[in-house]
Amino acid sequence: MRLPAAPDVRTTACVSMDRTGSRPEASAMNYYNRKAGKEMSKTSYLYLEDGSVYEGEARGDFRQMVCEIVFNTSMTGYLEILTDPSYAGQGVVMTYPMIGNYGVEREDYESIRFQPCAFIMHELCDKPSNFRCEATLEEVLKEFHIPCLTGVDTRSIVKRLREEGAMRGVLTDDISDKDALMKMIKDFKQEKLVESVSRTEKEVFGAGNTGAKIALLDYGVKTNIARSLANRGCEVTVFPCGTTAQEIINFKPDGVMLSNGPGDPQDCRSIIAEVKKLYDYAMPTFAICLGHQLMALATGGDTEKMKYGHRGANHPVKFLHEDKTYISSQNHGYMVKADSLPANAEVNCINVNDKTVEGVIYHGKPIFTVQFHPEASPGPHDTAFLFDKFIKMIKEGKLDD
Amino acid sequence: MIDKSIKKVLVIGSGPIIIGQAAEFDYAGTQACRSLHEEGCEVVLVNSNPATIMTDKDIADKVYIEPLNVPTLTKVIEKERPDSILPTLGGQTGLNLAMELEEKGILKQYNVRLIGISARAIRMAEDRQEFKDTMERIGEPCVDSLVVHDVQSAIDFADKIGYPVIVRPAYTLGGTGGGIAYDREQLHEIASNGIRLSRVDEVLIERCISGWKEIEYEVMRDSKGNCITVCNMENFDPVGVHTGDSIVVAPSQTLTDKDYQMLRSSALNIISALGIQGGCNVQFALNPDSFEYAVIEVNPRVSRSSALASKATGYPIARVAAKIALGMGLDEIPNAVTGKTFASFEPALDYCVVKIPKWPFDKFVTAKRTLGTQMKATGEVMAISRSFECALQKAVHSLEENRTTLLNKDIMKLDVEQLREKLHNVDDERLYTVSVSIFKGIPLEEIHEITKIDMWFLNRIKNITDMEKKLRGGVCDEDTLREAKRIGFTDDVIATDLGIAQSAVFNMRRMWNIIPAFSVVDTCAAEFAAQTPYYYSDYCVENEVDPATTKKKVLVLGSGPIRIGQGIEFDYCSVHSVWALKKLGYETIIVNNNPETVSTDFDVADKLYFEPLTPEYVANIVALEKPDGAIVQFGGQTAIKLTKSLHDLGVHIFGTDADHVDAAEDRERFDEILEACDIARPKGHTIFTEEEALAAAHELGYPVLVRPSYVLGGQGMQIAVSDDDIREFMGIITRTVQEHPVLVDKYIMGTEVEVDAICDGTDILIPGIMQHIDRTGIHSGDSISVYPSITLSDKVVENLIDYTRRLASALEVVGMMNIQFIVLNEEIYIIEVNPRSSRTVPYISKVTGVPAIALATRAMMGEKIRDMGYGTGLYKQSGYYAIKMPVFSFEKILGADPSLGPEMKSTGEALGISKNYDEALLKAFDGAGISLKKNGKIIVTVCDKDKAEVCEMFKKFQDDPFDLYATPGTRKALAEAGIEAKPVNKISGESPNIIDMLHEGGVSLIINTPTHGRVESRDGFKLRRISVEAGTSCITSLDAARVLMESARRVREDQISVTDIATL
Repeated sequence: MRLPAAPDVRTTACVSMDRTGSRPEASAMNYYNRKAGKEMSKTSYLYLEDGSVYEGEARGDFRQMVCEIVFNTSMTGYLEILTDPSYAGQGVVMTYPMIGNYGVEREDYESIRFQPCAFIMHELCDKPSNFRCEATLEEVLKEFHIPCLTGVDTRSIVKRLREEGAMRGVLTDDISDKDALMKMIKDFKQEKLVESVSRTEKEVFGAGNTGAKIALLDYGVKTNIARSLANRGCEVTVFPCGTTAQEIINFKPDGVMLSNGPGDPQDCRSIIAEVKKLYDYAMPTFAICLGHQLMALATGGDTEKMKYGHRGANHPVKFLHEDKTYISSQNHGYMVKADSLPANAEVNCINVNDKTVEGVIYHGKPIFTVQFHPEASPGPHDTAFLFDKFIKMIKEGKLDD
Repeated sequence: MIDKSIKKVLVIGSGPIIIGQAAEFDYAGTQACRSLHEEGCEVVLVNSNPATIMTDKDIADKVYIEPLNVPTLTKVIEKERPDSILPTLGGQTGLNLAMELEEKGILKQYNVRLIGISARAIRMAEDRQEFKDTMERIGEPCVDSLVVHDVQSAIDFADKIGYPVIVRPAYTLGGTGGGIAYDREQLHEIASNGIRLSRVDEVLIERCISGWKEIEYEVMRDSKGNCITVCNMENFDPVGVHTGDSIVVAPSQTLTDKDYQMLRSSALNIISALGIQGGCNVQFALNPDSFEYAVIEVNPRVSRSSALASKATGYPIARVAAKIALGMGLDEIPNAVTGKTFASFEPALDYCVVKIPKWPFDKFVTAKRTLGTQMKATGEVMAISRSFECALQKAVHSLEENRTTLLNKDIMKLDVEQLREKLHNVDDERLYTVSVSIFKGIPLEEIHEITKIDMWFLNRIKNITDMEKKLRGGVCDEDTLREAKRIGFTDDVIATDLGIAQSAVFNMRRMWNIIPAFSVVDTCAAEFAAQTPYYYSDYCVENEVDPATTKKKVLVLGSGPIRIGQGIEFDYCSVHSVWALKKLGYETIIVNNNPETVSTDFDVADKLYFEPLTPEYVANIVALEKPDGAIVQFGGQTAIKLTKSLHDLGVHIFGTDADHVDAAEDRERFDEILEACDIARPKGHTIFTEEEALAAAHELGYPVLVRPSYVLGGQGMQIAVSDDDIREFMGIITRTVQEHPVLVDKYIMGTEVEVDAICDGTDILIPGIMQHIDRTGIHSGDSISVYPSITLSDKVVENLIDYTRRLASALEVVGMMNIQFIVLNEEIYIIEVNPRSSRTVPYISKVTGVPAIALATRAMMGEKIRDMGYGTGLYKQSGYYAIKMPVFSFEKILGADPSLGPEMKSTGEALGISKNYDEALLKAFDGAGISLKKNGKIIVTVCDKDKAEVCEMFKKFQDDPFDLYATPGTRKALAEAGIEAKPVNKISGESPNIIDMLHEGGVSLIINTPTHGRVESRDGFKLRRISVEAGTSCITSLDAARVLMESARRVREDQISVTDIATL
């Protein structure tokens, strides 16, 4: 690899963002942006925890950034991925080589801003084409101050992550002082990710709908979860993650939906305690992804970090009762340990490839949870029927399974 | 779970290669048969195409190379008593036959069932109305259309669905009388005209969606109802061009996830509604300006697209489809590529794939090059890269059309106004027209407006033309060169653009370390460790291929896209050579770029490089792999052409060396060899110019044969009878630059004989001698070929063997050679010698039981023929006659002249096998779709020089129950010979004429011999076109017509038997 001298750059670790979508340190970074100006498209690097270096070209709002590096194998849906709050704190490597082909369609956002700390790909498209396209991807990456590294051999990174497991890394244009960079990587720790991405105010979807009244807890929710329920006639009220179980119970919902979200579920101690209360109350509950993990933890189960997680739109999930397999959208780095679950919990869905837990039914309670994303966006709509199942469960007071 | 009651499965193949139904079905069929075998099923195969790998006895337990029709299949079913039929691997032919068997009650009678698809599902997908109803029922939109019989109804309907509308008259030839109407006035005019032209006063009014995006999905479904998508594909050419004629990219590039998932869900919805258990292809039109879409077509079977999708993703659709048909679930079938995932996994691509069709317009110079809803391509190439630009350029290189750049020389000559005009043509050159237009500064928006090609593609092409502009401007720094290589520029183009030597470009690349690397196609974007040895080259990435091995390595070059003259036979040869080498313990490396073939299946060779077969790409592979040698004899002219560059790279060529290959092609050297061997050949000269050609012709005396050297399939070959002909032909030949001379030979009319021989440098082995029915002058690939020879004397046979031996020895042939002889009055002349495999090898191997390619490969690796157990000299004659019948695709190529001559025109072949010569011949005709119906009408109209011969011929058939018609001139000649024929007017004559007769139906055969030349306005040409379009057999060779009629009177149809060649 060529290692040309590069100007000194301030180092910034990825920290939480405020609700407007701009990062607190963004103004500090303007210095670099101004200074770098047009020269920004120059050789920059991804330096990984295991010491490997990947060379690419700085794009987007490039600056030094430490984060956890993960990869996603979806061939479409970069916008939904970029706006999925579950990617908070992560640098996402896209395995599909040409990204940005259809530009940016704001109505496809899954949250109000781009969420990952960094975006890494083989090629970023400057001349997108789609009838709804409003901007190029790079324009919006800049708008949300996301550093981007292109021209990277992403396949090589994926193979590294596959072999070594999930790793942290730093995006930088100067790798002359590797020791300092490595220290920065090792010191990198993420906290309160859920709090950083959750709403602070309630929001209603499908206001006036006369179907089930749903309380949706926002741990980093993808908007399509709310939309999927609202489209089925539900009135969906989205609550901030700090909402207590009692507040939810007082709201008298017909059912509760626990959302997806970022980070290690075991970091969410206080939320887990509230979920436990909802469980004890036997609140009809459907949980997705992080919500699914939180329910397992709340009921005495355990979770663990996966080697490199599941992130893509092509994961087969087998529904054991029905003996049917569906292709699902996935985005998780942690998973529920099957043997840790309480006696009334039954694993009813597994991943066909690695047999990991994909869904749990809590017998005796109107509760079921899934690890994958029935709301899709991005990815296949094959399991959207689970929202119908949830509504039916609410109506009948028990899970029909 | 596997359905244990399925023990013996009948697989229906797709028959002869025709346009629209080609090698992809051999690939799918072969894979599926092996898949069925893996699960312990006994496989009975029926396919009339002998050039296929699937008809090998190693692939199926019972192999019937028999005509694909209900009587034959019934006989096979009766004999073999299979419990199931898998009809989804044989293209449309397979499905149609399954339906007929069902409808005629044969399935029920023999208690066999269809697996993979039900008769009901076939009907739902294939019947226009049922399909429409089904789609309506499940809420999937189709293109609005209505059949009307009057103009007012047409206008009412158009008002309802909106303009523009397409008017398609029913039952008019070549779609005449149709068109697009943009308003009421136009519709009034077009519809009334269409109704008038239609024989049944009927036109279809259809909403015009041309210009919409065309998107395809390949979906799979199992018996449990599990569904997955293997791949989606986006057509570069918007709706209006048949997908087989479109440039296709996988995965889609311009669809958002919303668009993608909407269509994906629709595709799954459709496959579920049809209840298919296997694979299915769904084609959509997507409005580029909204979410509106329409289902264009559904193919409830494996298809050309599924072969492409399999190669594009690494997901073996046919293999999985076969297992699903046996009852296995997608979640139970392991992914052979990763070993860690299952067939219920959707492939994730981390590269992009581009397919470009290969069209036969170089063969059919009179044909219309316009592309539309009728597919015209004979084959296709595929290329893989992480950038679209590179994949596109690699695909262009793979076409072997001497196009190294998108900036086509001829099109570059046009000015901007001419280009604007040409952009309106939807033809095979559109990609190049668009590229040159971009290069010359026509705004992309304007090009988009005219062509409707998505701006994304246009911008990507602009990246290529911008780079070419930069290079032509002399920019050549490290970054530019790196980027140029990354987006697919070859060294020779860079060198030409920069005006420097190619070696200088190479040296710069070395200096800057710009060298290609090879990546793996693994179905999962590297998420799981895969062991697939399936590679493509790219720049600026890490190399994933480990060349280390303890074995000796052999590079086998494939034959590229299927084209007329170089078809599936060469894939058969490449694959068999690989198998033989594997058995001998070598590591095999195959290079090919044809997604339709068996050779590009990832488990055929030890390593598969999906790359253009051009010097630079092959050199890259050689540089990495450093093979111990290469085999070029089995990849047709494509591979032979690479001999020199391999030699220059220091790669050992196994078998006949390059110099002797050249000696066989080089006229003067070859003449010397013939002289030394004391073998005669028709006199001839090598020439370069028209003047020289005329001089040569005058010296030899007309008629003469004119043809370019170093070509396959007699490309550009013509019989000239006059100076005008010479001028015309030379004009056509020299239209493309000729590096090699043109040959002018005296034309000798005799019996053509063909020999394939295996040689080891000492001995030869001839599996069999084949004799052509058609006289010389008709290309060997288009002739009816009979094994064993029927009229040759023992002495001639002996001499043929002797000559073959002499030539093998003189040319030091090691491996295969093919020789074509003319026999006239016991004298033997040589036409040509090809020191390589030929298109007759698969068929002769199958009927004689001599595994020619395996033996030739062993000889090339140093073994001696006398140690192989098949003897030497001429192999013992089989007790069977095997007759190869050419099959044509004229109905697909509007404007192509169906008359035969020295240039090959057939796209495929059918075989007839029997102990009885007449029966074998009739089966061969039958396999090619020609049969004489008792009491059927025969129309004879021949040119003056053939009239005497026709009279002679029909004297024999006077008592036969044929209803003979003739045009005035021919009728007069017949009458003078005492043969009665009913009159019919020529096309130019008054109605009722031949055209009316054809429309009436009942015409069994037309015998027409061409006056000659390529003038398409002649009556005969029109007649041949019309008969082709009306689906009436038209024979232009008197020899073929004679044997057909002779055999038909000697054999009764119900006597015809079926033969299993696996136990021959």
